[in-house]
Amino acid sequence: MDIIKAENLIYEYKRRDEEGNIEGIDRAIDNVSLEVKEGDFISILGANGSGKSTFAKHLNAILVPTEGTVWVDGMDSKDEEKLLSIRQTAGMVFQNPDNQIIGQVVEEDVAFGPENMGIPTEQLRERVDEALKTLGMMEYSKKSPNRLSGGQKQRVSIAGVLAMHPKCIVLDEPTAMLDPAGRKEVIRALRALNEVEGITIILITHYMEETIYSDKIFVMNKGKIAMEGTPREIFKHVEELEEYKLEIPKITLLAHELKKKGIDIPECVLSDKELAEALKKLV
Amino acid sequence: MPITADHLTYVYGGNKKLKTTAVDDISVSIDDGQFIGLIGHTGSGKTTFLQLLAGLIKPESGTVLIDGEDIFAKNFDLHSIRGKVGIVFQYPEHQLFEETVFKDVCYGPKNLGLSREEIESRANEALRLVGIDEAIFSQSPFELSGGQKRRVAIAGVISMKPKILILDEPTAGLDPAGRKEILGLVSDLCREQKMTIILVSHSMDDVAEYADRILVINDGKLAIDATPREVFNHKEELESFGLSLPQVTKAMVRLKESGIPVNTDAITVDEALNEILRVIK
Repeated sequence: MDIIKAENLIYEYKRRDEEGNIEGIDRAIDNVSLEVKEGDFISILGANGSGKSTFAKHLNAILVPTEGTVWVDGMDSKDEEKLLSIRQTAGMVFQNPDNQIIGQVVEEDVAFGPENMGIPTEQLRERVDEALKTLGMMEYSKKSPNRLSGGQKQRVSIAGVLAMHPKCIVLDEPTAMLDPAGRKEVIRALRALNEVEGITIILITHYMEETIYSDKIFVMNKGKIAMEGTPREIFKHVEELEEYKLEIPKITLLAHELKKKGIDIPECVLSDKELAEALKKLV
Repeated sequence: MPITADHLTYVYGGNKKLKTTAVDDISVSIDDGQFIGLIGHTGSGKTTFLQLLAGLIKPESGTVLIDGEDIFAKNFDLHSIRGKVGIVFQYPEHQLFEETVFKDVCYGPKNLGLSREEIESRANEALRLVGIDEAIFSQSPFELSGGQKRRVAIAGVISMKPKILILDEPTAGLDPAGRKEILGLVSDLCREQKMTIILVSHSMDDVAEYADRILVINDGKLAIDATPREVFNHKEELESFGLSLPQVTKAMVRLKESGIPVNTDAITVDEALNEILRVIK
């Protein structure tokens, strides 16, 4: 079954003047239809203002459609009775770790979500420990979140969502504020959650190289889905991506340039490993 | 206008138990017109170092010399460096506040006590330099796109005509086109306006491409001071600092490990391309 399904989704922001009268309408999402299979690792790319974040906010009913429908694990996001259950199914992690951490102690922070779901105390302990272990943060469980690095803080935020036992985690630029080690930690954690735990990951990012392991990439442009496909299918289209204010990973660009110079390597190389394998045959 | 840090040290927290040395005995001299990349993991002391360079906080010991003058000396007028050293903080668009783009950019020079004509001519020039079209001068800065807002915020600093421009992660959260636009702008300010640039970034690819010289800060100390090519030759050391290599340098190391006899010092796509072609052809 599709864990996420959007059908003819439209979302409009209303601009109001000082008296509250509607001045104008901005269509942030313009007739988007898409499906995400359970267990997939999905990336969403797009320029600033292309509608990515607005779309993400529909996946756990922070926003509801102006027109069209979004189903999360079969539940219509407009159905208010399903609200809690939708939020439990699709958890969200945002860009700035400092805005999401509320507990004084790491384990308290992770317990916040499941506690609000009414999980009994004994199970709570189990869920928190399990989530912290999965994210490699168990040794920090009694520490203050303020003392952690950016990557560690983001892993605590992800653990907080994981402790709610979601089927799907939506992350809106989780690495934008992190240093290289922090970015690596977070991406590695997401891949493990996807591969080992089978959790559907929906990653919004501006870093192309973070998306090369995705099962599928959606490219958004001006509120519409402009491209959809595997990383290899997407990153072939150098010029089209540039038009959408995106780029291709540096390694793919290097391979692309080599090919232009007449070197016989496959189209759309994505990783160091693939590049090494292709070139080894030629030396 | 060279800027020099002389045994610069800064300690946080009065209480002995909580004392942290954020900047630990850094000495470095930056010449006019250099493009410096400053890298280090979160919490390494980069931001504190920048604040000291801009005279925003006072060091525990050591000092900063701008044009040979000790900016923390008793008789030095700290206010006078506001027009010389400009600092663009992280997410500078959060500091936009005026009703119009033009007024916002005028705010800095107005505080320098300049004449009205001078203020307006500076705002015009700064907005032109960052590529903001005159048609949006009278718009509210809050109605602009993310990249535009950030350029307006940078114009607000440029309008003070600093000789030294410090930028703390100016591309965070921008799409690839927006990143290129801001870095191209900063590069032009360096090459054409001869501003000294100190750019803090978490993107190894960006500092490899744009900087003439890289300073690596770790644990409050200046750990490496070298050209990008030399810096990215220290793979293990950088990784131990929580940093990494540019993507193409990483790929070249991988190629070498797989038995392809390439030199691993390429830091840009073009350099890597030429090196691979040299070995294969």
